[in-house]
Order: sequence, then C-alpha cells, then structure tokens
Amino acid sequence: MTTTRRRRRDQNDGTKSLIIFDGVTKRYQDGTVAVDDLSMEVPGGAITVLVGPSGCGKTTSLRMINRMVDATSGRILLGGRDVREIDPATLRRGIGYVIQHAGLFPHRRIVDNVATVPYLLGWNRKKARARAMELIELVGLDPKLATRYPFQLSGGQQQRVGVARALAADPPVLLMDEPFSAVDPVVRTGLQDELLRLQSELRKTIVFVTHDIDEAIKLGDTVAVLHTGGRLAQMAGPATLLSEPVDGFVREFLGRDRGIRRLSFISAKDVRLDPAPADLAVGGDDRPIGLRVDGRLVPYGTFDPESDSMRAALDAALLSPDGTAVAVDGDGRVLGVATREALDAVLRKYAGGLPDQRAPADQRAPADQRAPAGEGSPA
Amino acid sequence: MSWLIDFFGNAANWSGPYGIPVRLLEHLEFSGVAFLIAALIAVPLGMLTGHTGRGALIVVVSANAARALPTLGLLVLVVLLAGVGTAAPVLIPLIVLAVPPILVNTHEGIRGVDPDLRDAAYGMGLRGRQVLFRALVPVALPLILLGLRLAAIQVVSTATIAAFVGLGGLGRFIIDGIATKTYADVIGGAVLVAALALAVQLGFTLLQRVTVSPGVRNLR
Repeated sequence: MTTTRRRRRDQNDGTKSLIIFDGVTKRYQDGTVAVDDLSMEVPGGAITVLVGPSGCGKTTSLRMINRMVDATSGRILLGGRDVREIDPATLRRGIGYVIQHAGLFPHRRIVDNVATVPYLLGWNRKKARARAMELIELVGLDPKLATRYPFQLSGGQQQRVGVARALAADPPVLLMDEPFSAVDPVVRTGLQDELLRLQSELRKTIVFVTHDIDEAIKLGDTVAVLHTGGRLAQMAGPATLLSEPVDGFVREFLGRDRGIRRLSFISAKDVRLDPAPADLAVGGDDRPIGLRVDGRLVPYGTFDPESDSMRAALDAALLSPDGTAVAVDGDGRVLGVATREALDAVLRKYAGGLPDQRAPADQRAPADQRAPAGEGSPA
Repeated sequence: MSWLIDFFGNAANWSGPYGIPVRLLEHLEFSGVAFLIAALIAVPLGMLTGHTGRGALIVVVSANAARALPTLGLLVLVVLLAGVGTAAPVLIPLIVLAVPPILVNTHEGIRGVDPDLRDAAYGMGLRGRQVLFRALVPVALPLILLGLRLAAIQVVSTATIAAFVGLGGLGRFIIDGIATKTYADVIGGAVLVAALALAVQLGFTLLQRVTVSPGVRNLR
C-alpha cells in the first residue's frame, strides 16, 4: 500500500489534475435547470463516479469540464485554472474523452483513430503510430486489429479503442460518459475490470458517468449521487455510501441488498481456514473436483482468500451442500475450507460501519484521497 | 439497326466541324463548365449549411423550387433575356438543373453524420473546420459523390438542348435529324448521349473507389 501511495504522489501531484466545481449551474434557454449549484471536488489520481437517474445532470456536469457545455454560472477549476479561460480545443486535447458508442472515425483505421490527438498535437506520423500501437496493446487489443476499420470490430473492441484513443496523448484527466452502457453485461464486466487494471497502472484522474449504481460502486473511489434536477445528494466512498446513505433518495437509488453488497469491500483474507475434509475430492493437481455426498460428487463453491471479498466467500459457502466454502489459491489449488462459523467471525467484526477500503488486492485510493469535498489537495 | 450503321458507318460523320468528335467536344464543354460551376456553388454551400445547421430550410426550399423549373422553359426565357449567340443561355439552365442534387446530397450527407462522431470529434479537440474536413466530409463522401453523379448525368443528358438555341453539341444530330427527317442521325445522336451518360456513371464509380475510405464504403 505504501509503495502504491508513493507512486501516486510521484505521478500526480494532486493540484495539477484536481477538478473543482464551485457553485456550478447550467440553465438552458427554455428555463430547464440541468445542474443546480453544484460544488464538489474531484480528487486527483482516482476514479470519481457521477451517478443518478436520467435528468440528474451527470452528463452535463461531465461535459462542462471539457467545455462541450459551458456553465451558466459558477466556475470549474482544472488544476487551479478556470476552464472558461482556456480555449476549448486546446483544453480538450489535454483531456481524454470517452463516450457511449465510442464515436470512432469510421473512415480511419484503428491505429489512426487512436493517434487522433497526437496528430492534432503535431506529432510526426511515425511517432504517433508507435504510440498508438503501444496503447492498442495496453487496452488489451490484438495488435493485428490496428489496420482494421471500426466497422470490423465488435462493440466491446470499439470501446477499448475509444479508451486507447482517449489515453493517446497521456492526458492527466479522463472523462468517461457512460462508456460501457451499450455493450452486453459480460463484455461490460470485462471492460470494467480492464479499466481498474489500467487505472492501477496509470493513476489518472477519472470522472466517470453512469446510471448504473452497481457500476458506480464497483469502479468508484468516490461516488457522487446526483438528484433529479441537478443537485448533489451525496458524495462518499462506495462502502460509506452503502452503509450511510444520507437520505431516502440515495437509499432508494442504491437499491436492495446494501448490506450484502457492502461485503464486497471486505477482504476474505482474514477468514480462518480449516484443513480440507476427507469428503472433498481433490484431483492430482490439488484442484478440487467435488464433494462426496452419498457416493456421488456434487458441486461446491470456491473463493480465493487473497483476491476475493467476503461477498464471494459467503456466496461460495451458500453454493456448497455442507455450507463450507472451499478456499483455493490463484492457481485453483485447495488451501482449506472456511466453515460458516469462520465466516461469521469475520462478519461479526464488520457488522455496522466499515472502512471504505475495497476488498482484495486493492491498489485503489487510500483514505487520504477520499477526503470529502472542500478539503483541498493532498499535495 | 441499319440506321445505326448508316450513322456510325458514314465516314463523313467522323470528321469536319459537324462530325462526331467536334460535337462530342462541344457537348463535353457545355456540360463540363455547367457542372463545374454548379459544383463550386453547391458543394461549399451544402457543407456550410450541413455543418452549421443554419440555412437548412433555405436549402430545401430553393432546391425544390429549382427542381420544379422546366429546363426547356428556362432556356427559352434566358435566350429571350440574354439573346442568342453566347453560351450563357445554355449554361444557366444546366447549372440550375445541377445545383439541387449536389446541394441537397451534400447538406444531408454532412448533417446526417452520426452525432456521436461529431461529438467525439469536438471532444478530441478538433476545431470546427477540422471537424468538417477530417470527420464529416470523409464520412459523407459517398452521398456527396452521389449528388455530383446525379447532377453530372442530368447535365450531360440535358445538354442536348443547346441545339435548340443554335449551339453545338450532340443535340445537333437529334434536332437537325428531326428537322430533316434523317432518322439515322436522330438515333445516332441519342445513342451517343446515352453512352456519354453511362461513361459519366462509370467515371464516378471509379472515383468513388479511389476517394472513399473502405471503412465508410461498407457502412452504407
């Protein structure tokens, strides 16, 4: 944790990429108020998710950062500078922008799509393309796709290209407007995991808009819930949000199972493991095959204490006929089993409030990055 | 059939100031000049209105009005106003004929580009002109070329009317043939005009191959 924290400090001195909304209002000519007196602080080097029902002004808020929309009143500061003072095109070239349907240039090959901003910044073709190839691999695309045209790619692949394009000129800030909403759930999960992996390497300041609260909780270091009518309802870390919603609106928006979902934020690594019982059939490679019940093998649930959360461990226990969860290591080898009593011991410890710390292998924002709005930059 | 042989087999038809090559060149000259002027008016105008969204109504209304004008009637009118002897009487109706398809297709092509693409282009930091020429025009190119092709074919076919006001071109064979009841010339001239229109069509197909990105060609 300390090493990741130091690295973040080195790469991002906070003030540079911190975005501050200062009493921002957007009123359209017909009188509709999209965003109403919004004040919030977006921490540097972390993912801030804006979430809310349609009409809550989340997209408008995002688009005011890169001046795709200009605020009616109030200020948005980017690295201490009012964005209204910066020429829009220049501002946008320094901010990555990812939209729902990727918005790739259909007439350009993938590599040239990714190199869009480097070309605009006047890089020579060779350097821009080399950088584009780097990014195509970084976002997990086959380099062979580089010479294809967008229509030859699947929706999920196009969205990866969209992310690569946004990152091409290495901007410190990334704006993502419902980037994964238009792909199917399996692909969406893959893209979300990929974004978290990328972020653990890149430590960008990401503002992410979604209407999907589960996505917000999965991705956000900080989650800002917006009310219909463009007012900020609550801004907090995801675990705090789940355990302490400020009002009925937020509680309703969070939906059911808040308690269970909160378990995603507790690592399963503290669960006491017992030796595997004799009726757990194990193959030659130490991987579990099934539980022997009345002479037949029945399925079981597994979890990896190192990388999974208590939610996964509990889920595994509920899937097993005897209520014990089989613990396996990263290679799927049996480590032991967690009994219901062992799981309960951990749950008891966390009942009630719990730290805003994402479960497992968590390279996410430490507590100091999650300071509530208005406390200034960590630098 | 024998008429075609009479016309194309007659050596006299292939030389001299009244021969096929000279008439063909005259025809191409009227058509080419009229088409070029129409394109120079309509393409930039269509890009401007399509890109800015301003003046869209004017485009549609004027294009429809121009379409409704009978070309022959306009020709007679211009001759009455401008007098015989210059090329203007034939150029003006041809230009009026060619502008609407180019204008409407260019306007609709640019305006019809996926709003997400436009949004992304601005969001990447392209400026207005860059958005137009680097994102919108390449994507709208198939439609723009379609407008140009329709206009070119109409102009080439309609340029026969130049003969009505005493100018040259392939129309001479048809008009004079009718007047003198030399039906071989009428048929021959008509075949030449049709062949020219087909050649224009072919030319645009090739142009499309070369200029339109494969990524866009497969979109439509």
